[in-house]
Amino acid sequence: MSFISLLWVLLLGSLLGLELIGKVPPTLHTPLMSGANAISGITMLAALTLIVKAEGNIPLLIIGSVSLGFALFNVVGGFFVTDRMLAMFSRKPSNKK
Amino acid sequence: MNLPVIIKFVIDLLAVLLLALGIKGLSKVKSARDANRLAAFAMSLSVLGLLSYYLGTSGIAIQSWIWIIIGSIIGSLFGAILAKKVPMTSMPETVALFNGCGGMSSLLVALGVAIFPISSAQENFDFFKSFINEVSISVSIFVGAITFTGSIVAMAKLQGWLSTPGWTQSKVRHFVNIVFAVASLIAFFDLINGNTSSIWLLVIVSSLLGIGVTLPIGGADMPVVISLLNSYSGIAAAAAGFVVDSQLLIVAGAMVGAAGLILTQVMCKGMNRSLVSVLFGGSLSAQSTASSGSGEYTNITSCSVEECALTLEAANKVIIVPGYGLAVAQAQHTLREVTKKLEQNGIEVVYAIHPVAGRMPGHMNVLLAEADVPYEQLKEMDVVNPDFPATDVVLVLGANDVVNPQAKNDRSSPLYGMPVLDVQEARTVFVIKRGMSAGYSGIKNDLFDLPNTSMVFGDAKKILNDLIGELKDLGVGEK
Repeated sequence: MSFISLLWVLLLGSLLGLELIGKVPPTLHTPLMSGANAISGITMLAALTLIVKAEGNIPLLIIGSVSLGFALFNVVGGFFVTDRMLAMFSRKPSNKK
Repeated sequence: MNLPVIIKFVIDLLAVLLLALGIKGLSKVKSARDANRLAAFAMSLSVLGLLSYYLGTSGIAIQSWIWIIIGSIIGSLFGAILAKKVPMTSMPETVALFNGCGGMSSLLVALGVAIFPISSAQENFDFFKSFINEVSISVSIFVGAITFTGSIVAMAKLQGWLSTPGWTQSKVRHFVNIVFAVASLIAFFDLINGNTSSIWLLVIVSSLLGIGVTLPIGGADMPVVISLLNSYSGIAAAAAGFVVDSQLLIVAGAMVGAAGLILTQVMCKGMNRSLVSVLFGGSLSAQSTASSGSGEYTNITSCSVEECALTLEAANKVIIVPGYGLAVAQAQHTLREVTKKLEQNGIEVVYAIHPVAGRMPGHMNVLLAEADVPYEQLKEMDVVNPDFPATDVVLVLGANDVVNPQAKNDRSSPLYGMPVLDVQEARTVFVIKRGMSAGYSGIKNDLFDLPNTSMVFGDAKKILNDLIGELKDLGVGEK
């Protein structure tokens, strides 16, 4: 990919992000933040790339592996915690008095 | 184009689409849970896409597999355990911690590439490409480090491990932070010029900058900061995408970065604070000492649990105003028992949720949902405010700044202009509170001085338990 097309990708991605959430009820601020936060752990792909391309360079493999660990901590923890929060909302209808 | 490239392209496209749908779905109550799962699915899909691409092209060495598995297992395991174990009350600091780790990950990728240039960067080496590479590495390190240290400081402050040091409230902090910022800029440009050794300087000063900027910010503003840092971690991920040449990373990072900014803006609006004053204004309490709004309480009425129970029993309509104190005391279930009793006696009970009650928007909703409070009883501020004049009793549980009438009446108050719940309009207000300490903004609450306000001092959970006992004695809730 040329640098210019990557810049286009950046621009369009940002515009998409600006449009995605317009009106959010306050109830969902924390879960939304937490969910978006989990997605930012997508940098795990960069860590994976680093490990695959390390070609036996041990220090690089270790850095990549630690980086992957941090990213997955963010991703897995983030999605689980968001699900835990949201589960409480969806359980609601069955508990109507 | 060969097959692996096409497959990866299709998978990436699908992943981006699903992630976008996920973020969108997360902003609606009905679809939120499925949307979260959809996003998680998209993330796993993207990993499979990347791995299959490398398997189909260069192949993946056994050694790489080993390190991938080690990193994944450890990271996922800790993440899952923390996510399952952490109490609902510490959600904000948990999000901060996860966020910081995302920033750390981007930082490490950039650091790794900077120290050991990966093969693809060397193969087609030309000036322009290496320049872009240096810039994206520097950005990734800079933003990643700020995200990491900033998030950790935010977490430590919310947990109460760190207090706000005095010097950070003086002008000195601006000087210190400017020094850090300038030093990072110097390191930044030095690095782009090809001086690789300055990378460590960049790591150190941008980490310090993250600490220096977050430390002076008062707890009331922490949610905004966490949301902003969340946006930063998206930017860091996008920068890491430039480093390793991944469009998917750039799109996803940019989306989170932009969505995070919007969310930050929404939160600022809810608190009537501008982003600039949150970031550079220091904590609210520091400003209030200069204002005339602070002072001594003159007319405090305190009352016993028994009196409180008697008044509640005679009420027709009760509004509960929960705040962070309720979360700290873990009293949501006890509160639910109290309100159940009142409801069984035919008393109308509603919960008034201020948009920024607790330490994070939505914090109270999550907490009360945990205690099985029906969703319909949670009323947002604008909906419930007109109801206060027709309300017999308001129970303020561990909330403070969000019920301060100063925000409406006192122009000199730092809180002035913040939308608040008009609890003083009700006939009787009970404030359950541990002591006379100020709220998170550190500002005196005029509500406590009003004639129709009574303070019930003590731990929220204990008082609510006593209240249950008193109500039982009065025969409330037993038919």
